[in-house]
Amino acid sequence: MTLSTYFMEATYLIASILFVFALKGMSHPETARRGMFLAEGGMLAAIIGTLIGVHILTSAWILAGLTIGSIIGAWMAIFVPMTAMPQRTALSHAFGALAAALVGVGEFAVRGGEMPAITRGALGFEVMLGALTTTGSLIAAGKLQGIIRGKPIQFKGQSIVNLLTFLAMATFFVIYLAHPEDAAVFYTLLALSFVFGVMLVIPIGSADMPVVMSLLNSYAGLAAAATGFVLGNNVLIIAGTLDGFSGFILSVLMCKAMNRSITNVLFGGFGASIAEATSTVDGVMREISMDDAAMQLAFASRVIFVPGYGLATAQAQHAVRELAELLEDRGVSVKYAIHPVAGRMPGHMNVLLAEANVPYSSLYEMEQINPEFPTTDVAVVIGANDVVNPDARDNPKSLIAGMPILEVDRAKSVIVLKRGQGRGFSGLENPLFFKSCTSMLYGDAKSTLTHLAQAVQHV
Amino acid sequence: MNPAVLIASVYVFALAAFLGYQVISRVPPLLHTPLMSATNAISGISLIGSLVLAGDPHYPRFAHILGFIAVTAATINVVGGFGITDRMLKMFNKRKTEARPEAK
Repeated sequence: MTLSTYFMEATYLIASILFVFALKGMSHPETARRGMFLAEGGMLAAIIGTLIGVHILTSAWILAGLTIGSIIGAWMAIFVPMTAMPQRTALSHAFGALAAALVGVGEFAVRGGEMPAITRGALGFEVMLGALTTTGSLIAAGKLQGIIRGKPIQFKGQSIVNLLTFLAMATFFVIYLAHPEDAAVFYTLLALSFVFGVMLVIPIGSADMPVVMSLLNSYAGLAAAATGFVLGNNVLIIAGTLDGFSGFILSVLMCKAMNRSITNVLFGGFGASIAEATSTVDGVMREISMDDAAMQLAFASRVIFVPGYGLATAQAQHAVRELAELLEDRGVSVKYAIHPVAGRMPGHMNVLLAEANVPYSSLYEMEQINPEFPTTDVAVVIGANDVVNPDARDNPKSLIAGMPILEVDRAKSVIVLKRGQGRGFSGLENPLFFKSCTSMLYGDAKSTLTHLAQAVQHV
Repeated sequence: MNPAVLIASVYVFALAAFLGYQVISRVPPLLHTPLMSATNAISGISLIGSLVLAGDPHYPRFAHILGFIAVTAATINVVGGFGITDRMLKMFNKRKTEARPEAK
């Protein structure tokens, strides 16, 4: 080992340690930012270490790649709106996975035949995970951006086609292990993995995106870890594994928050065939006038806002904060109840409300806030549906039975802001909307909230 | 990769997995979105693999082109990921100074 190699390895060790510190900092909003600076420093050290360690400082390809990547990355970091965060994250998973897959292909092209069996296995995993995460994430981003239909795309015999694709992929993986010099086999494996990524994500509906995002996050990390095994590079293994496990933990949390298993999310095609399980509800939905709603809010002593994906689509986060501030000025206690799967990715609602300057001390998790609903005067549901559906708790036959919900129906009165009378994403009827204490305010969430704020000022 | 190196790598993997589990299960749901974009940026470390592919003069041109695309993709991930994570965390931090008296 030369001196520069030792230097390179030292930067890798430093980077690994700094990455762990960075994630440790994430345990509190106050330390999180400092933690990320450490991670950025670690990354920079590892890059410089590599460039010096392998004497490749002058390659035009590298300079071009770093420059173009930095420009696009910086552009995304500065200009992507917070409401588009799920799409951006999905795209970013795609880029990370693509890099891992391409490194795999490159390694195969350069020294494919002479690899020992174990390295071949790691390379196979790297390319499979990388490729399927790339296409899967692109499809997810397309769905979140609305380029691809958000409803599950399903056809007859889909699960069989998926299974066959998976089996074909597994078979070619095994063949590749036996015939590592055969380029045709390797590239078929690559192509099948790209196809499988598409097949995996198209049947999944938008409401299940939090789970899918977390899983893709996990796969992208594991692909990087597999790259580490191929290259015998520990910092890649460590960083990739941290990412892989982070995604895995999030997937488990998201599934728990929906009371569903990962297999059910991936292969259930939720929201496609629900006609038979929808309960019929007696009663009518009662509409309320803007002034009456404002009156209720203004004279309440405790109000809880319950944001859902509708808040994000209407970009109503600032409007809700303005209304909340007016209420607080009148002495009303205002809290926000955040369901773990509200929105399209883990923590989606928290980020949106933080953007609108809502103090994070007034954001409450489901377990903390549920006991407070019975003493709450008005619960305002903004574009949320399934996460407040009492059927999940009361009706064992419901499709979402057992899913933990925000117990909004226990509040003294409920105001639901909704775009129209239609059902939510899942297509399930929501008995909450028919309760006598519930009143509905139809319209775009943002303009409704703005009008409510004006009305409150005139009370 | 000789067996000794492989075994060492498996140790690294197992310990990193354990450490990751310990550290990440302490992250509050409040920060799950920044967590995801941060870990994603960190896994952009595959950039260093891409650098070798794009820059090693002994490799064929095909590898350089693949490496170039990989470097670009990974850099987008690193720069974009860290940038946006910081933008998000900044919003969470602003509270301290601007916190309204009503908010405890």
